[in-house]
Amino acid sequence: MSARIDASRREFLKTSAAIAGGLVIAFVVPVGMRRAAAAAADVPGTFAPNAFLRIGSDDTVTVLIAHSEMGQGVWTALPMLIAEELDADWSKIRVQHAPAAPAYAHTAFGMQMTGGSTSTWSEFDRYRQAGALARTLLVRAAAARFGVKPSACRTENGVVAAGAKRARYGELASDAAKLEAPAKVALRDPKEWRIIGKPTRRLDTPEKITGRAEFGMDVHFDGLLTAVVARAPVFGGTVKNFDATRAKAVPGVRQVVQVPTGVAVIADHYWAAKLGRDALQVEWDLGPNAGLDVQALRTEFRRLSATPGAVATQAGNVDDALAGAASVHEAEFCVPYLAHAAMEPLNCAVRIGADQCEIWTGTQFQTVDTQVCAQILGIKSEQVAVNTVFLGGGFGRRATPTSDFVSEAVQVAKAARAPVKTVWSREDDMRGGYYRPMYLHRARVGVGADGMPVAWRHAIVGQSIAAGTPFEQFTVKNEVDVTSVEGVSDSPYLKDLQHHHVDLHSPRTGIPVLWWRSVGHSHTGFVMESLIDELALAARRDPVEYRRALLRDHPRHLAALNLAVEKAGWGRPLPGGRGRGVAVHESFGSFVAQVAEVSVDETAGGGSATAGGGSMIRVHRVVCAIDCGLAVNPEGVRAQMESGIAFGLGAVLHSALNLKDGRVQESNFHDYRVLRFNEMPKVEVHIVPSTGKMGGAGECGVPPIAAAVANAVASLTGQRLRELPLRMPA
Amino acid sequence: MKLTVNGREREVTAPDDMPLLWVLRDLMGLTGTKFGCGLALCGACTVHVDGAPLRSCVTPVSAVAGKRVTTIEGLSDDGTHPVQLAWAELDVVQCGYCQSGQIMSAAALLEANPKPSDADIDAAMTGNICRCGTYQRIRAAIHRAAELGDASTSATSGSRHATATPAHGDTPARRGEHA
Repeated sequence: MSARIDASRREFLKTSAAIAGGLVIAFVVPVGMRRAAAAAADVPGTFAPNAFLRIGSDDTVTVLIAHSEMGQGVWTALPMLIAEELDADWSKIRVQHAPAAPAYAHTAFGMQMTGGSTSTWSEFDRYRQAGALARTLLVRAAAARFGVKPSACRTENGVVAAGAKRARYGELASDAAKLEAPAKVALRDPKEWRIIGKPTRRLDTPEKITGRAEFGMDVHFDGLLTAVVARAPVFGGTVKNFDATRAKAVPGVRQVVQVPTGVAVIADHYWAAKLGRDALQVEWDLGPNAGLDVQALRTEFRRLSATPGAVATQAGNVDDALAGAASVHEAEFCVPYLAHAAMEPLNCAVRIGADQCEIWTGTQFQTVDTQVCAQILGIKSEQVAVNTVFLGGGFGRRATPTSDFVSEAVQVAKAARAPVKTVWSREDDMRGGYYRPMYLHRARVGVGADGMPVAWRHAIVGQSIAAGTPFEQFTVKNEVDVTSVEGVSDSPYLKDLQHHHVDLHSPRTGIPVLWWRSVGHSHTGFVMESLIDELALAARRDPVEYRRALLRDHPRHLAALNLAVEKAGWGRPLPGGRGRGVAVHESFGSFVAQVAEVSVDETAGGGSATAGGGSMIRVHRVVCAIDCGLAVNPEGVRAQMESGIAFGLGAVLHSALNLKDGRVQESNFHDYRVLRFNEMPKVEVHIVPSTGKMGGAGECGVPPIAAAVANAVASLTGQRLRELPLRMPA
Repeated sequence: MKLTVNGREREVTAPDDMPLLWVLRDLMGLTGTKFGCGLALCGACTVHVDGAPLRSCVTPVSAVAGKRVTTIEGLSDDGTHPVQLAWAELDVVQCGYCQSGQIMSAAALLEANPKPSDADIDAAMTGNICRCGTYQRIRAAIHRAAELGDASTSATSGSRHATATPAHGDTPARRGEHA
């Protein structure tokens, strides 16, 4: 990737020099980059300059991160890349979210976004280049000042030195800013790395432990009002009419306006807006989805699973091979709709000016938000300024192709002709749609006399996430949404068989669906790793040995598996009443194996998901191994594995989102349960030393956990559970 | 009505039944206390009232008139409460949204029980949800804060005055082992 600095950079320099009195390193996005999702975005044909770091005369190095910090640690990992090449003094690093601008486009996706566990690997070159370029210019500035050749200078900890002469980066910043950037800068030999690969504490801790961190919910400025929106009780419903008399009588309520998604009550603060909405009377046209029922959908999904669907992948002649197999193993799996339930309910602040619109929100999709806002207001995308603040969790919910919560806020501000922050209650957030789709899997695996699989027929039924969105053209090919089948259609267990066939049905239901941390792998990891365990047990083989045999040509799967089982003490006796299960799954370019230790409490009052009632299944310990290639911040990778396991366990033990008569039945954390403190197992994370291609970390801890737990339950009790959340039969 | 928040007496005009959470956030600008559920189910809004942990999202402001309210902003002047120091040392936070509530619950626990067992920690913390799953580090950090609190009460200087700014390259202390 080449770096260039053009005239616009100088423009930017002038501005920022006035502000910071320092050096700005700017980049041009290379033309050749893949723009997989560019159609959803406005990617102009021209280059746009783009700053990744600023060095102030006070020696501070401000790193602008093109990705959104939502807990996954980019606020720390990306600055590590720059600091490594810059030889920066780590204590002088400051971090900011970059503004939304085309030049901050994702190096692989062509639009500014955070998702797919891609931030670190996709920025690995760009951010190192930014640091290396800055260091080169600082060295040249110092060499000129010292009267020596650049090659006589060395850098260390924010200082350029030549012999006894020394200059701090801050002292050199304004000189360096006047220099032409070299066409090419060399990156450091990995053997010389001092920062990359070292466990490094988070840079966002100080503000997050003192309450100073600003989330979208916290955005405030003079004149900003708060809106709470009454939305239809059924997806696709619309306002027939409303009476705002009582709402307007609530002290603090300023306005009540209709918007495409419902009726917004706008007030001086949240409480008044909420009371105003409680008092609002709305008559709804419920539309076509008032009969939606998850149980009925499930029956329909089951019917579909037995019929031919779109072919995701196939080889050989699976039906003949099944007919000729020594035995056929059949199983049906089902996973429910899931809400993301991030701790920070959705919100978005909008101020519309005469010729511009400013937005403050925690978003994963700046480019889409910009575009959608520009469309609504009939302005150009350059007139929209999206300011990213900390996200109180994302998990995919803050990356909607429709920009749902941002576009609604723009509509409210437009209708109110006032700056407005929309705030969703927990109930609004949970009932607002955009769920992980329900999926039903049906598998028929032909097994040879040796107990090993010889043919695999697999059907998946569930809504396409991308269908009907601008992303459809990129992820849906021949009626197959790749995110519905990932983890099955590319599974080594299946692909290595001469005879295999994967069908997909993507029924449309009226329920808005979305990527949920680990997307398709959130169900396919469960299904595939459960199935393999079933086959191993049916063959009376040790589940680890069985996997090793099947994965013999997949060294990274094996490396993760072997490390996890070794650290878990696989095969060693467990205390009475405990069982162990294993799973290994590749997702987002990383390979994760987990061993779970569980017990089943027969006295815990059934497996129901009632509030306060304990699940019968308790997970005591999870040993996790990951091969993600180079771990830029191993401490961050460990934290993400712990996080993925905890997030996944909520869905393994508790969470399910149901609709009846078109209405979402769950509303808050009492009936949509997630993992709580006393249910957290002891998690041990081990990182495989690896020179493999870099993968992600944010999502890949989730996929194996459901199967690891289900397999442990099967090992302990003989009971095979094929539905999430896991429920012991009464 | 008059409220004492973080040691300062403040006059506020609010309906009696307005939850303390929204008085703090929207009327006083103290946004460190978070809105998560509105029903005392998640703990993100936890503050101290006369030293005891309380869910501000379901507490009418009139109920705390004349009482001492402490929010995350008032827990320490500079992020050096033992719980905050331990949180930094063990790299607890992720998205961070729930952490004000987690820290306030933990600080209240340690105030009442300076050497909590794992079971004590479970009992005190199970009302605080974290979707990033930082529970394991929180547990370790509470044990660590208990040590730090011990040190700061038994010595005159002590770790309360150490910096809370994470240092680069430090391998975080070993996770506290728990049963």
